[in-house]
Amino acid sequence: MSKITFPIGGVHPADSKFAANCPIEVLPLPEVVYVSMAQHLGAPAKPIVEVGAQVKAGQVIAEPGGFISAFVHSPVSGTVKSIGPRKDLAGNNMTHIEITVEGDEWAEGIDLSDTLVTEIPEDRALILERIQKNGVVGLGGATFPTHVKLNPAPGSKAECLIINGAECEPYLTSDYRIMLEHPKQIIIGAAIMRKVLGGCPCVIGIEDNKPEAVRTMKAALAELGFEGIGIKVMKKKYPQGGEKQLIAAVMGREVGSGALPISVGAVVQNVATALAVYDAVQKNKPLVINTLTITGDCLPQSAMHNYLFRIGMPLSYIAEYAGGVPEKAAKLISGGPMMGKAIANLDACTVKGSSSILYLSEEATRRKAEQNCIRCGRCADACPMGLEPFLLNRLYKAGDVEALEQNAAQDCIECGCCLYSCPSYIPLLDNIRMAKGQVMGVIRNRNKK
Amino acid sequence: MNRMLVSPSPHVHAKASTSRIMGEVCIALMPAIVVSVLFYGWSELLVLALAAVSCVAFEWAITKFLFKEKGRFCGASALVTGLLLAMNLPVTTPWWVVLIGSLFAIGVVKMSFGGLGQNVFNPAIAARIFLLVSFPAYMTDWTVTPGFIHATDAVSGATLLGQYAEGGMAAVQGVDYLQTLFFNIGGSAGEISALALLAGFVYLLCRRIVKPWITLSIFATVAVISFIFNMIDPATYTGPLFNLLTGGLVLGACFMATDYVTSPMSNWGGVIYGIGIGFIVMMIRYFGAYPEGVSFAILIMNMTVPFLNKWFHQKKYGRK
Amino acid sequence: MTSIVIWTVVVLAGLGLLLSLLLFFVAKKFKVEEDPRIDEIEKVMPGANCGGCGYAGCRAFADTAVKAPNLDNHYCPVGGNEVMKKVAAILGYEIKEKAPQVAVVRCNGTCENRPRTNEYDGIASCKVKAALYSGDTACPFGCLGCGDCVQACAFGALPMDPVTGLPVVDETKCTACGACTKACPKGIIELRNKGPRGMRVFVSCVNKDKGGIARKACSAACIGCGKCAKVCAHEAITVENNLAYIDFTKCKLCKKCVAECPTGAIHAVNFPVLPKKEVNNE
Repeated sequence: MSKITFPIGGVHPADSKFAANCPIEVLPLPEVVYVSMAQHLGAPAKPIVEVGAQVKAGQVIAEPGGFISAFVHSPVSGTVKSIGPRKDLAGNNMTHIEITVEGDEWAEGIDLSDTLVTEIPEDRALILERIQKNGVVGLGGATFPTHVKLNPAPGSKAECLIINGAECEPYLTSDYRIMLEHPKQIIIGAAIMRKVLGGCPCVIGIEDNKPEAVRTMKAALAELGFEGIGIKVMKKKYPQGGEKQLIAAVMGREVGSGALPISVGAVVQNVATALAVYDAVQKNKPLVINTLTITGDCLPQSAMHNYLFRIGMPLSYIAEYAGGVPEKAAKLISGGPMMGKAIANLDACTVKGSSSILYLSEEATRRKAEQNCIRCGRCADACPMGLEPFLLNRLYKAGDVEALEQNAAQDCIECGCCLYSCPSYIPLLDNIRMAKGQVMGVIRNRNKK
Repeated sequence: MNRMLVSPSPHVHAKASTSRIMGEVCIALMPAIVVSVLFYGWSELLVLALAAVSCVAFEWAITKFLFKEKGRFCGASALVTGLLLAMNLPVTTPWWVVLIGSLFAIGVVKMSFGGLGQNVFNPAIAARIFLLVSFPAYMTDWTVTPGFIHATDAVSGATLLGQYAEGGMAAVQGVDYLQTLFFNIGGSAGEISALALLAGFVYLLCRRIVKPWITLSIFATVAVISFIFNMIDPATYTGPLFNLLTGGLVLGACFMATDYVTSPMSNWGGVIYGIGIGFIVMMIRYFGAYPEGVSFAILIMNMTVPFLNKWFHQKKYGRK
Repeated sequence: MTSIVIWTVVVLAGLGLLLSLLLFFVAKKFKVEEDPRIDEIEKVMPGANCGGCGYAGCRAFADTAVKAPNLDNHYCPVGGNEVMKKVAAILGYEIKEKAPQVAVVRCNGTCENRPRTNEYDGIASCKVKAALYSGDTACPFGCLGCGDCVQACAFGALPMDPVTGLPVVDETKCTACGACTKACPKGIIELRNKGPRGMRVFVSCVNKDKGGIARKACSAACIGCGKCAKVCAHEAITVENNLAYIDFTKCKLCKKCVAECPTGAIHAVNFPVLPKKEVNNE
């Protein structure tokens, strides 16, 4: 069996998928949930419920605040206690709807049974509407509204739907678990998206460090007998799950600078998104539940978990339920260790895209003192976009925005490979991220004119 | 609970560090060092130890008393410089010449440009050239000191390249190439065994410390040029095997030209850099006044590195 | 031997003469005619090239000032009215005098007032830190303490106090060029009128959180109670988004608000300390 991977750069961080064998457990409901209005890329949603209103789980509580935005649903049944600013993961204020939990009653029209619905609706518009109305967003990290991505601008045609089961980030296991536990739902979700995109072929890419997932998915696919869907095994390399890298690996095509994947005929969705699409279309169930991993290098194996959580649950509540924050944890991360966000505020609440609470010890995560660059070129070798991070770092310090643009700072995908591989511990990405922002600003201004 | 750390991603780091990389280079140099000590004995060990210790000491002193900045001292890097310098010196070099060489390598070539990673020229090479120009008598004194292995009865042996430069093709007839691969008495300590050097280089390749492009392109260029000249006039010009196995070519190509700081970053830049070195080496060997030109070639090509870095970039994703 | 020396001297001298002649003619031929007033203005400018006026440097300031129809868009905050008077005299323009200003750091979130909950481990840059999260304390508005403003100050007027973790404006050195106000990603530093003998009153906080939250995050935070606005007889104080702001053009330095503020967020500086001590103009 030939294994595919992307051609440029990449690194091989230690796998550390300690929670891979922990089955998904359901978290009990807390007393209060706080539902953020910014759970997706784009404009924050606008609340449409009043304080004091009774809501049921799955009921719409906020509407999209723009074209690129998404519906937000109540994750629980109860009373809206307040609507106001609350600090998010990074400690910045964001509007949250506070709901006190009373029972667990779901809104009407939602199929809560476990029966597998294999019949896919014929009507493309109906599918898209259900995806949109049920607030489905991309769960691979960027939380881009799915209905927008599945509805490419006229003139562009999808030639391949890629379902991302790479889960190339170390530690994270939630995608792996859903592939093991809900393979058929994922494949049906993929089939639905395929249909929306006009019946293009679909490839489900899974890295070779998850042979069990490959086997389960293949068996499920054979059982369902869907055509036009294939499963490809990929060689383990970070950042395989990056959209552009996945397209290069699966299709052998490269997305141009600043262009969308659809420009080369690709649409990439995560396996968790496929599952959410299945729930939304086949069960009419809004996206208020997702899977998250509790893991870390300073956590005993017995404290590792994969949980099914509702959005709006405070992270501190989940951490407490899982056994508390370990003594040795120095840094808490939401997401993977390569691209995840450090948690500055544990009172923040889960959002649609939450994928983990990762505890890292001081030794594993504290940065070492910066040394002189020895021009070894490892950052350039590691960069999956073929950039030269050492050069961008230098140009940023010199403030040469023009040269930064020439050297493609705007193409950076912030995967972290450069900083990860630098033997002199130079904070390359910290600066390049800023440089990228500057160049993007310049490009935007130019395009406006 | 403790204060939680917060930093931009990524939150983990590879095990690589500057010191670790330099340590790997030292390990890779070991086979050649062992061989040189076996053949040249205690005096060679003395030169090696003196150069290594003095380079580290100078580095430490300059970072501590002149830079006055913490974290600038990288002992492992200075150690590599010291070892390479020693391997480029004749075994009979007086101790004070070694010290001057170390001071020049670290103080002038490296630190005056800003220390680790900032130097334009390879410190060990530049120091060797400096000593060669300043003390030509010491630097071309190829007296063989008694080693632990008795390989030759000769007490003083001009290098093969020296013999060629003096006496032309006739002087180097009947060289046993197989022997030069294993040990090649005459010349500086690092030039003894091509095989030991190559073994170290293969180790570096396996550990992914260096890439093979620069070295391969030097070898290829030297082989091609000497092959062509040898074809045209076998009576005047030495052939590829002679040129690949004699002198400091293997040492230079494997360990000096591949120095991170003073070689191009991109693969194609490295190939051009290697071709340049190979070309200059052959021109000096065939037509130059000096018998050997690897150090000069590397030093000259060091100057082109900023341009090579500017002109050659690796392929970017989604761009032509 | 002597002939070599002579020849060397002759050749070098000849070469020098030739090249100097060449340079002379080139300088003559390609001389750029410039308004002489540009040089005159540049001479009276402070010459710090700080960019505080909005132009690239003192030369650029002079160059544009000469071409401008009036001096409305030209004001050198470093040189102040005195330099501007000289510039105006050279150009024959009128100037509007401006009150001398000084940078004010509107955050009193010292380590003591503002308990730290996080520790930053990234590159020492407020810009990077601000893009990442709200800061090491529960106050998402206050000083991040990485010293972007310190870096930006060309006059060394903004050293970081290691005890409080906040930048401190050195009034003797501050020229009100405004570089720090632009460098601060949180917009904490403001240029305010220096006031008579340096006396001024300002709210040393920019926290817009509700009172309770702000107070919990920082004991010196403005909680937006509005007591200061009520007590102010000159309508200089406005409270918006749970934050009081004192308009320095209206403030009469009566200091009533200072006494009224429950958290001590309003600072009065350079006032004579009563009753015993002499005028303290530090």
